[in-house]
Amino acid sequence: MIENTRVGVYICHCGSNIAGVVDVAEVAKWAAGLPHVATSQDYKFMCSSLGQELIEKDIKEHGVNRVVVASCSPHLHEPTFRNACARAGLNPYLFEMANIREQDSWVTADKAEATKKAKALVAAAVSRVAHQEALNSLFVPIDPNVLVVGGGVTGIQAALEVANSGHKVYLVEREPSLGGHMAQFDKTFPTLDCSACILTPKMFDAGNHKNIQLLTWSEVEKVDGYIGNFTVTIRKRARYVDESKCNGCGVCQEKCPKKVVDEVFEAGLGYRKAIYTPFPQAVPKFPVLDRENCNFFQKGICKVCQKVCPTGAIDYEQPDTLMTVKVGNIILATGYDLFDARRIPQYGFGRLPNVFTSLEFERMTNAAGPTGGKVVLRDGVTQPKSVAIIHCVGSRDRNYHNYCSAICCMQSLKFAHLVGEKTGADVYQCYIDIRTPAKAYDEFYQRIINEGVHFVRGKVAEVTDAARGPEEAGKTIVQVEDTLIGKQRRIPVDMVVLSAGLQARADAKEVGKKFGISCSADAWFIEKHPKLDPVATMTDGVFVAGACQGPKDIPASVAQGAAAAARVLSIIGQGQIEIEAATAIVDETSCVGCKECIASCPYTAIEFLEDLQKAHVIEALCKGCGTCVGTCLSKSIRLRHFTDEQLVAEMIGAMQTMKSFETVEVQ
Amino acid sequence: MKYGYFPGCSLERNAAAYHISSMAVAKPLGMDFVEVEDWNCCGATEYVSLNLIASYALIARNLAQAAKDSTIAQLVAPCSACYLNLRKCDSYMAKSPALAEKVNTALAAGGLAYKAGTLRVRHLLDVMVNDIGCEAIAAKVTKPLKGLRVVPYYGCMIVRPGYSGQASFDNVEQPDTLDKLLAALGAEVVPFSLKAACCGGHMTQISEATGFELIRRLVKSATDGRADLIATLCPMCQLNLDAFQGPMNRFCKTDYHMPVLYFTQLVGLALGIDAKSLGIGSELVDARPALAKIGVEAPPEPEGAPKKPKRDDKSLPMPRMSAV
Repeated sequence: MIENTRVGVYICHCGSNIAGVVDVAEVAKWAAGLPHVATSQDYKFMCSSLGQELIEKDIKEHGVNRVVVASCSPHLHEPTFRNACARAGLNPYLFEMANIREQDSWVTADKAEATKKAKALVAAAVSRVAHQEALNSLFVPIDPNVLVVGGGVTGIQAALEVANSGHKVYLVEREPSLGGHMAQFDKTFPTLDCSACILTPKMFDAGNHKNIQLLTWSEVEKVDGYIGNFTVTIRKRARYVDESKCNGCGVCQEKCPKKVVDEVFEAGLGYRKAIYTPFPQAVPKFPVLDRENCNFFQKGICKVCQKVCPTGAIDYEQPDTLMTVKVGNIILATGYDLFDARRIPQYGFGRLPNVFTSLEFERMTNAAGPTGGKVVLRDGVTQPKSVAIIHCVGSRDRNYHNYCSAICCMQSLKFAHLVGEKTGADVYQCYIDIRTPAKAYDEFYQRIINEGVHFVRGKVAEVTDAARGPEEAGKTIVQVEDTLIGKQRRIPVDMVVLSAGLQARADAKEVGKKFGISCSADAWFIEKHPKLDPVATMTDGVFVAGACQGPKDIPASVAQGAAAAARVLSIIGQGQIEIEAATAIVDETSCVGCKECIASCPYTAIEFLEDLQKAHVIEALCKGCGTCVGTCLSKSIRLRHFTDEQLVAEMIGAMQTMKSFETVEVQ
Repeated sequence: MKYGYFPGCSLERNAAAYHISSMAVAKPLGMDFVEVEDWNCCGATEYVSLNLIASYALIARNLAQAAKDSTIAQLVAPCSACYLNLRKCDSYMAKSPALAEKVNTALAAGGLAYKAGTLRVRHLLDVMVNDIGCEAIAAKVTKPLKGLRVVPYYGCMIVRPGYSGQASFDNVEQPDTLDKLLAALGAEVVPFSLKAACCGGHMTQISEATGFELIRRLVKSATDGRADLIATLCPMCQLNLDAFQGPMNRFCKTDYHMPVLYFTQLVGLALGIDAKSLGIGSELVDARPALAKIGVEAPPEPEGAPKKPKRDDKSLPMPRMSAV
């Protein structure tokens, strides 16, 4: 504690948010009597410029050298008041915040009790702040290179934005080509423009950009480091095709004798060869040899691709390669998986031939797809005369996913239009609610209504082939309660399309762990703030964009890709970045080198100094969580800004105040 | 393995064949069944809606009787209604101490008591597939049901969602344990969308039109699937589909002939047990023509029967049934 401690206390009204419940004037008056308090006042909005100026003036003119603001959560305004202190020349770590809104006025209507608690919280902060020390933030330089994980439309957008600004981008994609889900689609809602026509130019730009190093058929294995200084290990899987020789002529896949069902790009609806590029516009143009299905790798005979290759690019000996790159920031745009409709057996996918998923249907309507864009039944030739589209398959359903998948309504409306356009068939939309809340979306809905599509409001009970009479014979029957007419209906149709929802990638949790970010219960990546910081994460330097953060359509995904790039560019522009000074520090005189702290640290921020046989905290990585402090057996780790004496002082302040209220009541 | 065995009323009368065949296959499959002493009716489907406490006391009496023998940890019921009632009673008593207290007060009058969770209630199908195992059963098959097209029919009761966090032993919407068992016996399992649909229960007595319609759908669907017979695991289902098939035909002006056997009878046949010892012949829709197919070459399909469509080159692949 410094000599001549002079604490300034400021009680915020927050309009009526706090003042409506807490007697703020009384708290301010009472706090003036606390030890070391030089001035205590209440004010309508402390976060306003005028409120902040109040603090600055007291520091400059009245010798205040410690500041306590009692207002909202530090999550919201701690940086505001720290900056105010800094502007007036006071070290920002000599500021303390008491939360009398979220933890007091918002959680009770009892004015007397709320005022008491406000006093206790203010007393705790005053008592603590007297023990706080001035700390200096650390600045680390930013490596301007950027890693983008995921080569769908979101990742492409992010990579292009960063690369166009002149910075190097490593774009890593797991599949053989860029494009992601968008490359599989035929038309995009609500404008019905061709998906490939708007995506392929971007794919080409990304593939040929001088600042983008494209790494397809590759995955990130390991991430070390911290914002500004990540070291990333990438596994580039063997393509068995020498990229320096291959000219992408495609003879190898044309002549390859092994045909297999393409479960990825064709969504199981079409075939590919064992050596293949997933689609004609693939970027890069080099094919990939699928070892698991290759006759040569499985049976030791064939080598047809090698024989026909005009440039001698086939290399059966090619190994996986590991490469290490240094980047300052990472953008994750890993996308989504489609809900597995087999999990709802009563809808018959996999059992009844003419039940299709939305992704299968996308491939079917795509002119480059397995049917050449014809809408046909599973027999490959018969045009359906009636089609039912079932909404919310796996979404808004407490047996599967509670959330709304956001895109399925619009997608289903698009399907209805495409079916009508291509076959003239009757279309039934079985929906729970139609949700079309974006620019030009509801207009599209109105257009589809006017096209004569039947809308049946109700959750489908089952899809069956068990005909009850001749009118149902040979049909696929949709059993649904039509809640608008209050009747059970059986709708016999030729084809059923299940608008399966979106879900997080199967390995999202694993990937999140690799990059040090967390996932929600549904395994979507968690953003730093759902409204005000939607693409940052709690790990500095790691950003998320697109559907890996939650269900999203193309416009929202592209916007997030660009937003993440903008955030990254602003960090690169700073050249260096400030790191929170509340970090742990090891007292090397008493550290016994047991390494318990290293195992306990969730951020791998503690290293072992082999020469000294001591633990050492890497400040840039430390998040100040305090786990190591509790773990250390020799009590050699101290957490700056959360020292024992500061925490004890805080508790004493609170408890003495509560105790004083009891005494009054007893008297 | 030792199990308590609760036959239930129907297995003494209309479903005697189910009892006989269950007993006949128990020994070769290594199931040691100890019949519950002095058991009583489980209340079937209606009694619960008439008097809740009395009906649970009635069911719990059976649980208490079975639990007397401390060497028995599991109670097997071949009848779906008995299975459901015993299981429901045990789990509701665990969930509601108030109910358990009332039930035990009633039981105390007869010098009995039952603590919820003492017994694990199982259906015979569950025991056969999950304890004995399809592979073990297949290994014992001496006369595979080759060429016999069988519909696996589960009915609506054994697939009810689990109680007290105990998951149902099979998928509640499209179960497949009986499919697997029948396949292990060498039968050709007919894909059957109505496998968990209702047989009508007692609706034939309450509303003929409703009851017959429910029976008609099942029999029609099995016939559409070119099945030789329906395999069932519930006395109620067997009664409705078998005994009411004739009246249903008259009511709906149809002419179906679809034999309905218990799955235990088919297990017995595959194990080489003679038909008479399995109670075959007691069914009303004659199963002998269908059973004549077993062990002999399947007869050629009659003229005019719908041919299985050939796979066209242009046809699209069916989705894989395992998740990608």
